Amino acid sequence: MFAYYLQLGLRSLRRNPALTALMVIAIGFGVAASMTTYAVFRAVSGDPIPWKSGQLFVPQIDSWGPGQGRQAGDLPDALSYTDAMALMRAHVAHRQTVIYPVGLSLIPTGQTAKPIAAHGYATYTDFFSMFDVPFLYGSSWPVSDDTGRGNAVVITRKLNQRLFGGADSVGKVINLDGSDYRVSGVIRDWNPKPRFFDVANGSGFGGEADFYMPFTRAIDLQIGTDGNNNCTKVAAAGWDGWLHSSCVWIAYWVELPTAAAVARYRDYLKGYAADQRKSGRFDWTPAVRLSDVSQWLNLQHVVPPETRVSMLISLGFLVVCLVNTIGLLLAKFMRRAPEIGVRRALGASRREIYKQFLLEAAAVGLAGGVLGLLLTGVGMLGVGLVFEADVARLAHMNLSLVMLTVLVAVVATLLAALYPTWRAASVQPAWQLKSN
Amino acid sequence: MLKMTHLSKVYRTEVVETYALRDFNIDVKEGEFVAVTGPSGSGKTTFLTIAGLLETFSGGEYHLDGIEVSNLNDNARSKIRNEKIGFIFQAFNLIPDLNVFDNIEVPLRYRGMKGAERKQRIMESLERVGLVSRAKHYPAELSGGQQQRVAIARALAGGPRLLLADEPTGNLDTQMARSVLELIEDIHRDGATIVMVTHDPELAARAQRNVHIIDGQVVDLAEEPRFHTHADAAAQTHP
Repeated sequence: MFAYYLQLGLRSLRRNPALTALMVIAIGFGVAASMTTYAVFRAVSGDPIPWKSGQLFVPQIDSWGPGQGRQAGDLPDALSYTDAMALMRAHVAHRQTVIYPVGLSLIPTGQTAKPIAAHGYATYTDFFSMFDVPFLYGSSWPVSDDTGRGNAVVITRKLNQRLFGGADSVGKVINLDGSDYRVSGVIRDWNPKPRFFDVANGSGFGGEADFYMPFTRAIDLQIGTDGNNNCTKVAAAGWDGWLHSSCVWIAYWVELPTAAAVARYRDYLKGYAADQRKSGRFDWTPAVRLSDVSQWLNLQHVVPPETRVSMLISLGFLVVCLVNTIGLLLAKFMRRAPEIGVRRALGASRREIYKQFLLEAAAVGLAGGVLGLLLTGVGMLGVGLVFEADVARLAHMNLSLVMLTVLVAVVATLLAALYPTWRAASVQPAWQLKSN
Repeated sequence: MLKMTHLSKVYRTEVVETYALRDFNIDVKEGEFVAVTGPSGSGKTTFLTIAGLLETFSGGEYHLDGIEVSNLNDNARSKIRNEKIGFIFQAFNLIPDLNVFDNIEVPLRYRGMKGAERKQRIMESLERVGLVSRAKHYPAELSGGQQQRVAIARALAGGPRLLLADEPTGNLDTQMARSVLELIEDIHRDGATIVMVTHDPELAARAQRNVHIIDGQVVDLAEEPRFHTHADAAAQTHP
């Protein structure tokens, strides 16, 4: 009967092309608006490291104390050098790393070539294993380069392509700001969205970094941060004065694979803050926080509020389109009450009437879904007019969005068809046949 | 085949109850050809729609082919309609978007019949009503008489044991009416039970038995002097 009902449905849709077109357009526009905004929302709200996001944590320590225009519980979103180094030395977590962005000039080997601005991160070797960074060639630098301030560097595939034509460059030397670095590894294209380990310095949706270097080496060379540096007091003069100030500029991440490890680390953090108070460094009630990836992204408001608002508005638009579709379907179905009466008299049960009319509605939904796909494609081109360029760039069509668009169109139309179909199935055949 | 005992049908509104049928009793034997007559609004069509399980009743009992139907659900009632009952209506009630072949196919589809068997049955019934050449025509392309013959072919294709006809010749001219009635009589000769509602005394006279309904009740014509003439005429023309 499926093929029979499909044939009847298509025939019915062809019978009144204007009404059919109205329904298809209503569904198509409603679905396209929803899917376009959903594509943006999905891109910015996804879990960037789903297999591990529950094991990666950001510790925060209230190193500023109350006041400073901050609300209670509003802790600094980075650590000071003093705190970061204390946590690194304690080595309480399974893995831990500090991260801060650096911007250097890449000096080409050719005499005539000009320097290139390169952006990277200073970090520890645990960074790569904690975040499961995929390597194309080589690996991260050894721990000895962290402790020994080694001149290792990990470069990205893109930079490797630019400098070495994509060849295995492990062991080769690049020059950054006049210092030579030995390439220990080349990573594949890797730029999590959002870039969860560095959301405090920008939207979290920027382009890929060019290189990663040992934190200890960067500190040795007195390479300042290329990101935010927030201070409550003016730091003492000089590099050491800044390092030992209360300025916060270092992101800190730990890997805690079990609930027990999380509890242990939380206790450690509380103990550390309490010790700072005892020592007189903090003269306020100690406050610390430990957040996993999703909690951290929420705290940092990584999902732009306009994506949520626009998605809600477009869903409202879809509902309005569906309400219109309900009216159109109702008119279409009830005009066929005499036919329904005849079919019921000839042996169609209510269930068969439901099947016939829901399948017809599904055909409308499918056509609406196809139109919705085309309009979603157009909508993607216009996303940049509404959202920031970094965010708009993320929205794209893929197979899952294509399937979801069609599915939403069909399911939404079926939902809209429930009432008209119920009315159709409730037609009293005797009344229809008498009135004829 | 069809037995209604003390059956009633009440239409209720907030302020009034209207009895369409009241203490209605009828027993139609298997293979009988019964004509149901009565004035407009007497309850003839209501009786026919209840008999065809197109409408429920308010009280009493109705046995169709030995089955008490009052407690059957929609699926069971639909199945009985599909397998045992054929309908012929005054207004033909063909589906305008389907051609003749597809119209006749409708009840067979609901029966879940295979394509080859459907085709065979449709062609046989079309042959019987003399419309094989019109199989691909749409109802609007046919005359009233042809449309009614298609409706009969649709009823025939299902091989019904009970044929319910509501004023089957009401919209036809005399010649067409005669040919339609001959078809109905053919179906009766093949063993089907026929219940035909009609206003036409000549048509009623061709049935084996006449049942008269007034105010929702079956009336014994012998006790109603104003109908003697019709009853006698019927007896003379159709011994």
